[in-house]
Amino acid sequence: MKFPTRPLALGLLALGFSALIFSRAQAGGGHYYPPVADPVVKEECGSCHLAFPASMLPASSWKRMMGELDNHFGDNASVDPEVARKITAYLVANAADTGGQRYGAKLQRGVDPASAPQRITALPKWVREHREVPDWEWRHKDVRSKANCTACHADAELGYYED
Amino acid sequence: MKFRLALSCFALSFHSLLASAGPLEAQLATYATAAKAANPAFAGFSAARGEKLHVTNFALGKPDTPACTSCHGNDPRAAGKTLTGKLIEPMALSVSPGRYADPAKVEKWFKRNCNEVLGRECTPLEKGDWLAFVSSR
Ligand code: HEC
Ligand code: HEC
Ligand code: HEC
Repeated sequence: MKFPTRPLALGLLALGFSALIFSRAQAGGGHYYPPVADPVVKEECGSCHLAFPASMLPASSWKRMMGELDNHFGDNASVDPEVARKITAYLVANAADTGGQRYGAKLQRGVDPASAPQRITALPKWVREHREVPDWEWRHKDVRSKANCTACHADAELGYYED
Repeated sequence: MKFRLALSCFALSFHSLLASAGPLEAQLATYATAAKAANPAFAGFSAARGEKLHVTNFALGKPDTPACTSCHGNDPRAAGKTLTGKLIEPMALSVSPGRYADPAKVEKWFKRNCNEVLGRECTPLEKGDWLAFVSSR
């Protein structure tokens, strides 16, 4: 009965390895964040700026943000309660510490979810990834805001943030 | 016989009226009623006044957005851009025929954008004029 355990172990190892490769490929080597797939969220949260991927902030952040939409970074982004409920459900289900964990966990390094951070661009890991971007580039007329991800990440709408 | 004919004529014209009266026409009619109530001298919307509203530098709302053109651009037939870099499809109905078909959406954005630019909501007269402007382009 000892005999078959080795192929089994090897099989498990191979399985584990391919699963690892698969998830790495899916994660795009760590800079893939699935774009918002829900049409309502895309419409309501994607007309003023890129519809930021849910996996870039923890669930607590989205809950807090959705409760303060009438003062959303100085804008009034409020929607009717039924729509707000749907958007919140989507964002919370796909957040960095829920369904979107395998994509977003890396970006949350050093973040206490209880603090419900409101800016992706203020997460320590985001700041570190961008510390080499020179000042003039942020101020360039085609950039102007750190939240203008697509100015530098041409494929941000598709979920890719490498260049 | 004569009566039947008259009736079917009526039905026909009523039908074509309904076909041309889309959500935008219905919304304009609502604004017109409100504009008339606010000022009995109201004599219809004006695309020229709407254009003036569109290009005027009010600077009464947020400092970054003094005018409608800050995001929508000067030419309503061209695309605009928000400050965070999001493209906005042209506002002219001739170029974006899908626009202004959802009254709730139109109202939502008037409320947001007028506050950003004028620091207050737009009046029914201003909304009607502006819609007349973009419909004429
Ligand atoms: C009326 C326009 C508008 C709408 C609609 C809107 N936002 Fe925003 N949002 C803004 C502005 C303005 C900022 C600040 C951008 C800046 O710093 O330049 C912002 C910033 C953000 C940020 C922080 C970006 C950063 O710096 O990391 C997040 C996250 C965000 N919005 C999520 C949402 C979500 C979720 C929705 C949908 C419920 C939404 N937004 C809808 C205007 C809007
Ligand atoms: C001014 C240009 C610029 C803007 C705007 C910008 N980025 Fe970046 N970003 C860069 C550069 C440069 C790098 C580092 C290059 C690299 O590692 O590929 C980077 C790296 C990243 C990475 C790490 C990629 C990796 O290799 O793992 C992520 C994630 C990212 N950015 C997300 C964002 C998000 C989200 C936004 C908008 C909220 C944004 N960036 C806005 C220039 C920018
Ligand atoms: C801060 C940027 C900004 C400013 C300033 C702005 N808008 Fe907009 N506007 C938008 C965005 C973003 C949308 C939604 C995107 C879309 O519909 O393509 C929009 C949509 C609209 C809509 C709804 C269009 C539709 O299809 O139903 C109307 C109406 C409108 N704007 C009117 C105005 C008027 C009038 C002004 C000036 C008083 C103005 N906007 C100023 C950004 C702006």
